Formats: sequence, structure tokens, C-alpha cells
Amino acid sequence: MSMTDTETRHMFLNMGPQHPAMHGIIQLILELDGERVVGADVEIGYLHRAFEKESERGPYNNVMPYTDRLNYVSPLINNFGYCLAVERLLGIEATERCQYIRVIMSEISRITDHLTCVGASSMELGAFTVFLYMIKAREWLWELVEAVTGARLTISYGRVGGLKADLPDGFADRTRKALQEVRKVLLECDTLLTRNRIFVDRMQGTGVISKERAISYGITGPFLRSTGVALDVRKANPYFVYDRMRFDVPTGEHGDNFDRYLVRMEEMEQSMRIVEQALDGLPGGPLNVDHEGRVLPADVMVDEAKMGRVAGFKQIRVQVDPTLEGSTRGPHDAVNANEKRAVLPAKEDTYGNIEGLMHHFKLIMLGHGIRPPQGEFYSAVEGANGELGFYVISDGTDRPYRVRVRPPCFPIMSAVPELITGDMLADVVPTFGSVNMIGGELDR
Amino acid sequence: MSDPTITAALRQRFPDAILAAHQYLGQESVLIKREAVREIAQFLRDDPRLQFDFLMDLSCVDYLKFGRSLSSAPTLTTPSPLPYYMAPKPSAEPWQRGVSSDAYRFEVAYHFYSSSHNHRLRLKVPLTAADPALDSVTELWAGANWFEREAWDMFGVTFAGHPNLRRILMYEEFKGHPLRKDYPVRKRQPLIGQAY
Amino acid sequence: MGAVDTSKLSWMTSRLDAALGWARKFSIFQYPYVTACCGMEYMATATSHYDMDRFGAGFPRFSPRQADVLFVVGTISHKMAPVLKRVYDQMTEPKWVVAFGVCTCTGGFYDNYATVMGIDTIIPVDIYIPGCPPRPENVLDGLIKLQEKIAQGRNAPPPTGPIGRPPELLVPHQPDAHL
Repeated sequence: MSMTDTETRHMFLNMGPQHPAMHGIIQLILELDGERVVGADVEIGYLHRAFEKESERGPYNNVMPYTDRLNYVSPLINNFGYCLAVERLLGIEATERCQYIRVIMSEISRITDHLTCVGASSMELGAFTVFLYMIKAREWLWELVEAVTGARLTISYGRVGGLKADLPDGFADRTRKALQEVRKVLLECDTLLTRNRIFVDRMQGTGVISKERAISYGITGPFLRSTGVALDVRKANPYFVYDRMRFDVPTGEHGDNFDRYLVRMEEMEQSMRIVEQALDGLPGGPLNVDHEGRVLPADVMVDEAKMGRVAGFKQIRVQVDPTLEGSTRGPHDAVNANEKRAVLPAKEDTYGNIEGLMHHFKLIMLGHGIRPPQGEFYSAVEGANGELGFYVISDGTDRPYRVRVRPPCFPIMSAVPELITGDMLADVVPTFGSVNMIGGELDR
Repeated sequence: MSDPTITAALRQRFPDAILAAHQYLGQESVLIKREAVREIAQFLRDDPRLQFDFLMDLSCVDYLKFGRSLSSAPTLTTPSPLPYYMAPKPSAEPWQRGVSSDAYRFEVAYHFYSSSHNHRLRLKVPLTAADPALDSVTELWAGANWFEREAWDMFGVTFAGHPNLRRILMYEEFKGHPLRKDYPVRKRQPLIGQAY
Repeated sequence: MGAVDTSKLSWMTSRLDAALGWARKFSIFQYPYVTACCGMEYMATATSHYDMDRFGAGFPRFSPRQADVLFVVGTISHKMAPVLKRVYDQMTEPKWVVAFGVCTCTGGFYDNYATVMGIDTIIPVDIYIPGCPPRPENVLDGLIKLQEKIAQGRNAPPPTGPIGRPPELLVPHQPDAHL
């Protein structure tokens, strides 16, 4: 039998759906000719958790925990994107301080997202130290987030009309110090990776996509910017107070993995710049403190109000359980819009007078609640992966009729077969890492 | 480019394909007949005044229970009245769907964005319950491929000319289309294990 | 021709078991079956700030043949369930399963058509770590409980009958069945 009689066939290799490192839930079906990928197919849906169906079930604010778990590495951006859509449907404008805080928290979330992405993808290339350094930096940022929202990861911080609570004392200094430390870590990682021969060889020239193909797929975010298109929703359709912030939009040239890495590193620096500007420009909130400094415990206030002894209750502060922190008069009014259709009254009003109690009832009880008029709205915010769109349709009841999430990594994942075809099997790893696929967002 | 000009450009070019158009909260929406989808999409992408190079989103909505959905409280069969301080603002614009929800159960909404002109458009195609089918725009925008697969998977809307119309988020053995309003949220069809 | 002194023998085997248990509990090769948001807290627990390595659980092994503890981290959907069962079946004895996060314990708040309401309906679970996501301190607490279980050589029973759950939990909670 001569050599010309041997038959060659392509091999079909399954990568996934359980795959090491943090991409657990994608199945890549690769058609291999030796080491070269000649065809690929992507199978998603392994983390489909029915976000859109669940959001049709509950009142508007109940959707908030579900939105956290969409892009779970930058949950604050999802929260605020959804809040923006519902607020526009209601015709509410959040207070200025609230918008500044939303910008600060969104940018901190964006930094954690890029840290996780670059860290995980460099770990998959073998640079384990970089991963550990970046997760260390992420821990500091999570400590900041925890100080503000109470949780590290799934925070449910946004509310329709405002936020759960104001920033804690000393937050500005803590943040500035933390950002200085993060900058040092990024400098270390930069020295470890950017001119590292192995890293550059693996990342440069792999996973290339052209500008036109990226636009045709609908790709946005750092992925698109690495091909040279300077499109950023924060600059094109500014929301919150991004139009007052000065920041650059880094773009790449070649559309390969190395450019995406550089774009993300630079974006982290730009996000830190935005946070510092926002901290400097943060307007002080009005803190309505009783000038005699009286503070009543909540149960005393409720009992007195039931008896009708409400003298002075319009100015007083109440002391509530730590889980209700942020709902008392001072922090509440600073960050929540003065909008009776969506925002709960401050606890002093709920406990202290009948109008506040009724207002609270009308917003909380099932069947009542936030009821935007019939209508639809598509709001786009810049998520860490690109344009995160929320298309919310309201039919006038207290439950959203349809909440559609336009996930930024969905079109990127649909372009993955094109990205990896022609490259070697080993190039699939850095390409896939630079896609920053977040399963919660992709499969919703 | 300010807003009604997009609708005006469409109306000028396709006067009989447009069923309705409105502008709500600053966002333009145009409802078109499903036969004209491919042509209008091509026009939207190629016309130099419009140049919608991004198909940002393609989603589907089921209007079966619109205005008839129950509130989240089990005992409230009619909506509770809104107190005066919670009523919508008097300056609020009214919104109409544009076609009757009894005749057209589904609606596919395309969200377009133009990076050169920085404007957006929502193109809506109402579909009947008996025949939810329309043409695919995969040849115009490559990203439509997966969005249309998801619309098929979740709602059962078919796209003629789609290269690979199969389920994307659910598994092939799943029967039914989960995001339809008549699919119960807890109805499980497990592959292994129990239906609990 | 003396009879074998079985009491001395059982003392020796119990000492051997204790030694084996001690060795096993400090050399955990985990299979991190990461799907969702809990994976972020898993990463945080495994890296320098909270460090699972000091408990001997620092080395993940991404092959089921080489791993002995299956950490199921994150929501398991019905599409993923057969894959999970397959990975569990491929693991060699002795093996333990940790349900990390409330989605794996009982399904979390995803009570819908797509989610498995607790992986103990499919595979036996030894340790349940609730939380959404659990804080790293919770994870380490669960890990220590797992180590105690490993040291004693105990394993969870397989899911019995139709579902491995007590009967009062078999009736699903449906607060808004009217919708």
C-alpha cells in the first residue's frame, strides 16, 4: 500500500461545554486539519436562565437582582442600564449626585471586568502571576464596591429613580488610594506582558477581524475599537454625566488579540481617570438633618405616629436597621429622584405620617407599584464588552411586559467561527480569552 | 439628522409598505409590512443619507396579553387606581402600537444604528399568529444570523433564507417556544432527572 | 497456630483509615465545574487574598479522571445537566461533590423552565455551600466541613427513589400560579 492510498480526514474536536478556566459553558466544535482549524461551530445556551421570562413576572424593581447576574463581572453597569430604560419610560431624571455616583460605580465595574478578562486570558496562556496580581487588584475594588453596596459581586444597587444608598463617608479617599494601588499593579502586569516575547507571539496576528466584518456582525466595545472604529456609546449617545467627563477612547489598528489586550489595558486607565474626575465633581447632597440633632429609633417613631403625636416628625431623623441603610431622609433625598411614581419615600415619612405610609403602600404592594404608561424604550449603555441595550416595553401594569437585553458579547460570539478559522488550535485559547464571553450575558 | 427625516425618507421611497410610524420619547419607530423587509433593510443600509451599518438588535415581542396581563397580586383582577401623585405626567406622549394586537400577535423589532450619522431607528414588522414568518436579513448583516436563531428558538418566528435556523439557547429536544406568553414559566422538559 | 487477633487488626485498619483520611483531606484535587457568577467568587477564593491552597486544595485538575472533588460552581441548566452527570460518572472513586452557590443547592431564584432546581436531583451532593454568590469565608467553611467528611471517609448516598429529597419538599412552591 503506497502512501498515496492513505486517506486523510478532518478531525472533529469538541472544546466544551465544560471547559477549564472561566469559560465553562461554551461548546466549540472544531474541524481540524492537523493543528489548523478549518471550520468551527459554536454551541451556546448552556447557561440560559430565562432572564427575560423571569423579568415579566415581577414588578419593575424585582428585575434588579436578575440584571446583576447578566454580566456578573460588571454588575453595576447592567443595573444602571436597566434603571435608565425604566426611568426614561417613566419620564424621570435621576438627581445629579445619583448620576455621578452611577458613573463612578460603572467605571469601577468596568475596571473589574477588564481585570478579570485580561487576567483570565493571560492565565490561559501560562502567565499565572499576572492573573494573581489582577485578582488582587480586583479584590481592592471589590472592597470598595462592598463598602458602597454591601455585596462584592451581585449588588442590586440601582433602583428605578435612584440608588439604594448614598456613598459612605471617606469613600473618595479610599477610592483614590485604591486606584493608586491598582495603577501600580497594572504597571507591573504591563511590564510582565506587553513586551514579553511569548505573549506577543501568541497574541499578535491571531484572531484577526477586519473593520467591515466587525461592523457587519454588530460587534461593539473594545472588540470593535481594536479594529480601528472609535465607537463608544459614552461619547456617541452620552447618558448620566459622561458628557462632562474628559476621557479618551483607545483604538487599535489590526483587530488582533494583542490590540484587544492593549485597548483593554488603556481603557482601565481611562476609567480610572473618569472616576477621579467624578469624585472631584461630585455634588454634595442635601442632608436634611434636624438642627437639634434628634434621632429616634424606628419603633418609637411608629408608635408615636400611631398615637398621632407627630410634632416635628418632618425634620427628624430615624434610626433604622442596618439593612435599611440608605432609606432615611438624608442619604435618600440626595440620590433618589423626587419622583413619587417610582421612588419610595424616606423612612421618616413612611413611619411618621399617613401620606408617606400610603405612598409606600402604593409602591410596594403587589398589584400596585411602579406603573409606567404604555410604551417602549431602547436604552443603550456602554457595557464592558460593548453596547448593552435594554428594550423595555410597558403595558401600563406593574409588571414589565417585555425586557429584552441586547447582550454585547452575543454578536462577538457569533463571529468566533470566523475568528478562529485558519488559525491553529493553540490560537483558539487567546482568541477566546479576548472575546471576554460572559455566560450570564450571552445566554441570559 | 433630526428625527422624522428617517421616516420621511422611508415614506418617500416605500410609500405603501409602511403601516404606521411614531416617535416616542425621542426614538423613531416605523412599522412595515413583512413582504418589504428585505428591500427596506437593503435601502436602510445602503442609502447615503441613512447608512445604518449596525444592526444592533433583532428581537421579537409577543403581544398576546398586551393590556390584558394580570397584575402581580393574586386578588387584584382589575388594576388598582393610581393616586393623583402617581399619575403619568400630563405632558406625557401617548403611545399606540400602530396595528391591532388581535390581528398581529408577534412583532419583530430591528434596532439599527448608524455610526457615521449617529442616528437610530426601530423597524417593527408585525406578524400574525397563524404564520409568523418573514425574510432573513443575514446576507445584509452577518450578526442577524444568531439574533434570528434566537427569535426562532424563543418565539417560533421563522426566517426564510436563513442558512441555519435551529435552536440556540434551548436544546433541540425542547418542544415549544418558551418566551411566548402562553408558555408557563415553570414548565420544565428535562433531559435527565425529574420535571420538578 | 494462633488465631488472627481481629481486635488488633481492626485497630490497625482504623489507624490506617485515619491516616488515609488525613492524607486525602489535605490533598484535594478539585474539578471546578464553573458555569456562572459563583465562578468569580471561586476565583477569588482560590487566589492570593483568600487562598484555598493553604488548605491543600490549591490544584485544580481539569480532567475528571484526575480529580476527586467536583465543585459544581454556578447554575446548572437543563441543557447542561447531562454533561454534569457525564463528568460525575467519569470521575473515579473516591469522589465527593460540593454544591457551590444556591443555584446548585436548590436552584436559587431561577425557578423556571431552564434551571435544574438543585443538582442533588441528578448527582449525590456532600457539601452544600449556599450564597449568591457565597463569600469566600463561606467557601472556606464549606471546604473545612468537606475535609472533615473526607477524613472520616463518608460519602453522600446517591439520590434515592425518583428524587433524593424529603417528600414535603417535592411539592413545588408556586406563589404566583395565577400568572
